[in-house]
Amino acid sequence: MEIYADHAATTKLSPAAAKAYAETAAVYYGNPSSLHSAGQRAQEQLIACREEIASILNVSPREIYFTSGGSESDNQAILSAAHAGAKKGKKKIISTAIEHHAVLHTLEKLKKEGFEIVLLPVGTRGIVSTDDLEAAIDGETALVSVMAANNEIGTIQPIAEIGAVCKRHGVLFHTDAVQAVGHIPVDAKAIGCDYLALSAHKFGGPKGVGVLYCRTGAPLTPLIEGGAQERGKRAGTEDLPAVAAMTAALKESVADMGATEALLRRLQDRLIAGLEEIPHCALNGDRHCRLAGNTSFCFEGIEGESLLLLLDEKGIAASSGSACTSGSLDPSHVLLAIGRVHDVAHGSLRLTLGKENTEEDVDYIIRSVKEVVGYLRNMSPVWRDLQEGKRTYIL
Amino acid sequence: MSLYSEKVMDHFKNPRNVGVIEDADGVGEVGNAKCGDIMKMYIKVRDGILTDVKFETFGCGSAIASSSMATEMIKGKPLDEALTLTNKAVTEALGGLPAYKLHCSVLAEQAVQAAILDYYKKNNIPYDESRFKCALCAHEHDVHGEEE
Repeated sequence: MEIYADHAATTKLSPAAAKAYAETAAVYYGNPSSLHSAGQRAQEQLIACREEIASILNVSPREIYFTSGGSESDNQAILSAAHAGAKKGKKKIISTAIEHHAVLHTLEKLKKEGFEIVLLPVGTRGIVSTDDLEAAIDGETALVSVMAANNEIGTIQPIAEIGAVCKRHGVLFHTDAVQAVGHIPVDAKAIGCDYLALSAHKFGGPKGVGVLYCRTGAPLTPLIEGGAQERGKRAGTEDLPAVAAMTAALKESVADMGATEALLRRLQDRLIAGLEEIPHCALNGDRHCRLAGNTSFCFEGIEGESLLLLLDEKGIAASSGSACTSGSLDPSHVLLAIGRVHDVAHGSLRLTLGKENTEEDVDYIIRSVKEVVGYLRNMSPVWRDLQEGKRTYIL
Repeated sequence: MSLYSEKVMDHFKNPRNVGVIEDADGVGEVGNAKCGDIMKMYIKVRDGILTDVKFETFGCGSAIASSSMATEMIKGKPLDEALTLTNKAVTEALGGLPAYKLHCSVLAEQAVQAAILDYYKKNNIPYDESRFKCALCAHEHDVHGEEE
């Protein structure tokens, strides 16, 4: 039995993407920058991919930049907007407490450069409020960065509303849409964002390739110098096979989106209902406004890493926001941001399903989690204290 | 997973001496839930020998494995010898731990000392404080430090 339930970490390369990769690598091996026919044939493929992805995001092909993935795209967008803002004396950036580290670490770097960083709270539901954004935004604000959907708890952020607020205030808006693209409809024009980051391997594409959408007119400076590729904004020979595979995967994900979402919602309802039978646990993040594939729980009295190891023994690949799984002292910043205290945040479990998962998988996961949580609680002095009334239940 | 040695995985999956000793002669609890690991050690003492040892642990795989290994290493031993157990010995017996997990073996050492100290105190047995440095500082062990 092997059940992969960690699709938010990465996905298996889809057959369509694998085929596109192999074919492109074999046939369109030329360097798209070369003048000869082999190069030009590769260039044509690159253009076709750019057009396809632009059309899916409802933007112009000139606004699509191929990058090495979500982290690079986030870094480039934020640094470009921040430094352009600083030139006009705007040194404030507003973001949220639950962003991916690709965003948060970039913001920390900017803070050291003298930028003011405001991280908006997300409440217990894990959703940022546009009122809070309205209150924080001012004439000093250079950029707003809010993710489209959270990677740990799956909550979907009101990015179209946020886009409207930013537009009204004339502030640049970046969204990290790594977890959203390919899973929920993402129309960059309708959102009104100036930058959008996506990563291929979250929707069946290969690792190491992604996109930065940058609206025409929004500032963009290269992170990598050394060539005229990507309109001079991202040097380096384009990884055409990876771009072709990403395009194929995205096309397929978008075409299947309705059916996949319906399946995943069914599985999610079943999984949440099953896990909620375990006493003293809680679902993390809003129950409804979340990605269909994401189920995140905290279980009181146990620690997440041991839970993951025992689930792995049972053939289940999952993830946790416990400190022990991250190698840091603190549990996930996302769980802390939605009000989970340390004691409970250590006992978190993230299960992210994909279209290959079945009801049988879900039932097996529920049985296994119940068994493992029970087993770990039995040897937990915290659980004993809770049961004996020496400690108060939090969940 | 290859994060841990086979020995660690064995002690994690099949922990020795898990449980509670209801009429324990000494109980030691170290760590805290905020940090994500708590170890509780129960001991039974007869004629200066640890006749029984049991543990309960809230924590990661290496915390559970370290507790299990520590109980195995001290069970049946004289108290004096049990007090010489070091985190290094626990780590070595486990075939090594990842650097950022070494504090788990420290907790095991502290838990053993805390249980023995509790036994001495309960029975008004005079003891040499210098031998309990680890257990006595355990209360301040709120943050995973550089125990290495």
